[in-house]
Amino acid sequence: MLSQQITTLIDKELKKYPADQRQSAVMAALRFVQDEKGWIAPADMTDIADYLGMQQMAVYEVATFYHMYNLKPMGRHTLTVCTNLSCQLCGSGDTLAHIHKRLGIGLGEVTPDGKYGLREGECMGACVDAPLLTINNKKMCGRLTSEKIDQILAELDKQ
Amino acid sequence: MINIEIDGKQIQTENGSTVIEAAHQAGIEIPHFCYHKKLSIAANCRMCLVQVEKAPKPLPACATPVTEGMKVFTHSEQAVKAQKGVMEFLLINHPLDCPICDQGGECMLQDISVGYGGGHSRYHEEKRVVLAKDLGPLVSAEEMSRCINCTRCVRFGQEIAGQMELGQAFRSEHAEIMSFVSGSVNSELSGNMIDLCPVGALTSKPFRYKARSWELSRRRSVSAHDSLGSNLAVQTKNNRVLRVLPIENEDINECWLSDKDRFAYEGLNTADRLTKPMIKQDGKWQEVEWQVALEYAANGLRHIANGAGAEQVGALATANSTLEELYLLQKLMRGIGSDNVDFRLRQSDFSSDGKQQGAPWLGMSVSDIGRADRLLIVGSFLRKDHPLLAARIRRAAKSGAQVNIVHSADDDLLMNVAHKAIVAPDALVETLTQVSKALAAEKQGQSTGGDAGAIARSLAGGERVAVLLGNFAQQHPQAAQLQALAQQISALSNGKFGFLVEAANSVGGHLVQATPGAKGLNAAAMLATPRKAYVLLNVEAELDCADPQQAMAAMQAADMVIAMSAYKHHATEYADVLLPVAPFSETSGTFVSAEGRVQSFKGAVKPLGEVRPAWKVLRVLGNLLKVDGFDQDTSEAVRDEAMKGVDVPARLNNAIGGVEARAASAASGLQRVADVPIYATDAVVRRSAPLQATADAAIPQAWMHGDELKKLGVQSGAVVKVSQGQGSVQLFAAADDKLPKGVVRVAAGHAATASLGAMFGTISVERA
Repeated sequence: MLSQQITTLIDKELKKYPADQRQSAVMAALRFVQDEKGWIAPADMTDIADYLGMQQMAVYEVATFYHMYNLKPMGRHTLTVCTNLSCQLCGSGDTLAHIHKRLGIGLGEVTPDGKYGLREGECMGACVDAPLLTINNKKMCGRLTSEKIDQILAELDKQ
Repeated sequence: MINIEIDGKQIQTENGSTVIEAAHQAGIEIPHFCYHKKLSIAANCRMCLVQVEKAPKPLPACATPVTEGMKVFTHSEQAVKAQKGVMEFLLINHPLDCPICDQGGECMLQDISVGYGGGHSRYHEEKRVVLAKDLGPLVSAEEMSRCINCTRCVRFGQEIAGQMELGQAFRSEHAEIMSFVSGSVNSELSGNMIDLCPVGALTSKPFRYKARSWELSRRRSVSAHDSLGSNLAVQTKNNRVLRVLPIENEDINECWLSDKDRFAYEGLNTADRLTKPMIKQDGKWQEVEWQVALEYAANGLRHIANGAGAEQVGALATANSTLEELYLLQKLMRGIGSDNVDFRLRQSDFSSDGKQQGAPWLGMSVSDIGRADRLLIVGSFLRKDHPLLAARIRRAAKSGAQVNIVHSADDDLLMNVAHKAIVAPDALVETLTQVSKALAAEKQGQSTGGDAGAIARSLAGGERVAVLLGNFAQQHPQAAQLQALAQQISALSNGKFGFLVEAANSVGGHLVQATPGAKGLNAAAMLATPRKAYVLLNVEAELDCADPQQAMAAMQAADMVIAMSAYKHHATEYADVLLPVAPFSETSGTFVSAEGRVQSFKGAVKPLGEVRPAWKVLRVLGNLLKVDGFDQDTSEAVRDEAMKGVDVPARLNNAIGGVEARAASAASGLQRVADVPIYATDAVVRRSAPLQATADAAIPQAWMHGDELKKLGVQSGAVVKVSQGQGSVQLFAAADDKLPKGVVRVAAGHAATASLGAMFGTISVERA
């Protein structure tokens, strides 16, 4: 079942679209679920489909199309490291290697305590700050060095 | 109309059409994969790129609307270069496993690559692999790497079948066609995805590796499984039906086929086929020669007709027997002096006999249904009873028609339903009466509340109104009253009314008078007052009759039962003679569809073993019994005799008079709501293994409103004892809060419920 908080948010989102176009809110709805649970389970997609009057498969198409939706549990803090060209040239390989050294996880993996997850990301349109990563798709951290990564992790450890 | 030029040819075409439509009209072929005339435009395969004058780049012909004076070149250097480029891309990831692919020989990709593909590939990298999917017993998706992602199957689900069971998940190179959480495809129209798939990604599971397409011979036939009269191409090899495909007929089945019509053939050559005549002697069945069996049968009939009287002989046939068979059966019965002949086995109210002016039929053409703007559908399990008519109505609903439902169950029709009144079976007449009254009031400018008022308002606002009575309404104990009310409602809304006729030849049976006259007994009366002898044509008494208990009691009490059947079924328990007769694939014959279309067909294969077409068996029986007029040489001669002087359009008439609607006295206890599940309607589909493996063929459950379950103190999923008369069965209870209260939905026509009683009436449920 979708939580009260999620349905409230979806209802708010629905006001942006014509009444007979409820499916327009599907991307937002998926985002709300991921924000709350960290990932989107098939059962959540079914709930969203029912809530918006869509076909389940149509929700699944959207959820699998976009890279930023997590289709499996990803850890409380999911770090998404951009590996596109600019970041790669500026050393995203080193970023990944350092995270692996610190957390022991590679791309698509989660630490055993479920605290950190690591994903590969596509260009985030901020190449000026390359190499960069985002935390839970919300906070962007750029110009990464080993020290800066340690600092980010130390801060996350406190949360 | 606007003028365009394609490849130098002047073409007049309708404004708003696309280049590919205009080209096809003019007989110019443009290669394409994702475009299909019945589906929405996706323009994602890019195969149909053509050059258009003044356009800087090639344009997709399927998505380019025509404009006045447009000049299109489908084979110019630019167009061909673009098409070849697209072809090369499509083949990059295609496995090119044509030698082991079922689609080989009838593959669009194969055909078009002959025209536009290169002789060898410039691509040397790894090809992508897409894992196989399990989509259920009908559609095989074992080789999804062959998929070119045209999304025809996805659009078919969304637009025609009404449910999106397949979708394209993931993106770009990872995109693949799949179902949600690996579910099976359960649509009753799913087989059409096999036809639509332009490559070998979705293929027929039952047909898999059975034959190559060029080895098959093709015979035209007509569906024997519902009243639409779908046109079939029956494909055979070595005298065996291996596949059934649709033949396009825009007025009937368009280019579609229901799964029932498509996969029923798997039930034709089962182990329980009756291939030799048999007689029972001293309680033991013996295979005998035809002559012996026929003489035994004729002697038995003569003995009873002469001794106890001809009225002690009754004949029952299924409504999917051919016109020729039904004609000769009634002729035989009348020849020996009995008027007891009927094919309306699941009907329970015969009070319209004599009051109905002609043969009950659809009341309009099939294409009229698609054009209606207001529909009232009374008592129909529409999607399962009439899958392709439901698809037509779905399309009408999409383009703005309002569909109204009066029924005793509320299954998802996968379309927009404007208004519905879901009531217990004994309240149907009352509900329709209310609709009729509300409609009359509406005409006076007075509005009525409630569901009936809403339905009446919807009908009053229509220009082309259709009122349709489904199988449930025809089998209802107050069927004549429902018919009279439907007539009233359609008259008040200046519309048409008719029956969504139950079986392939129900209309034909009426035309050849395979129904009792004034002194004869109808199907129900023949079983209620048991006869000494019965002639059964294709009938499985416990599955095909309205009241299986009564039917079986009558059979068991009879001195003589002659069963003409394609299968050794339960008749071995009560019959005395079993005569092997041909199913529709092995005999020539004629079906008259719901809309009164008379369609004859030839046998697709030779009869199995010593099986004979039933019309020949009846003819010999007629000769042995020395009845006049049994000397026809061909089934065509029988048909011509049967239809001589029959003006079909004049004979089709639903008008009924002298029937008064009276509300049924309130029943005490639970009432039964019985559907005949889609794959339980006739002997052939009941034996088709792939159809029996689908979700639609699941063992019947006792469906009730949640409150009823609570009253009984059982949980959904618990076993309950369901009883009617002296019979009872154990079924799983299941909750369906969309059912009205006071009813139990228990399917009929299924072995698991065959020991129960009538399809309507009271039924009791208790904890097991």
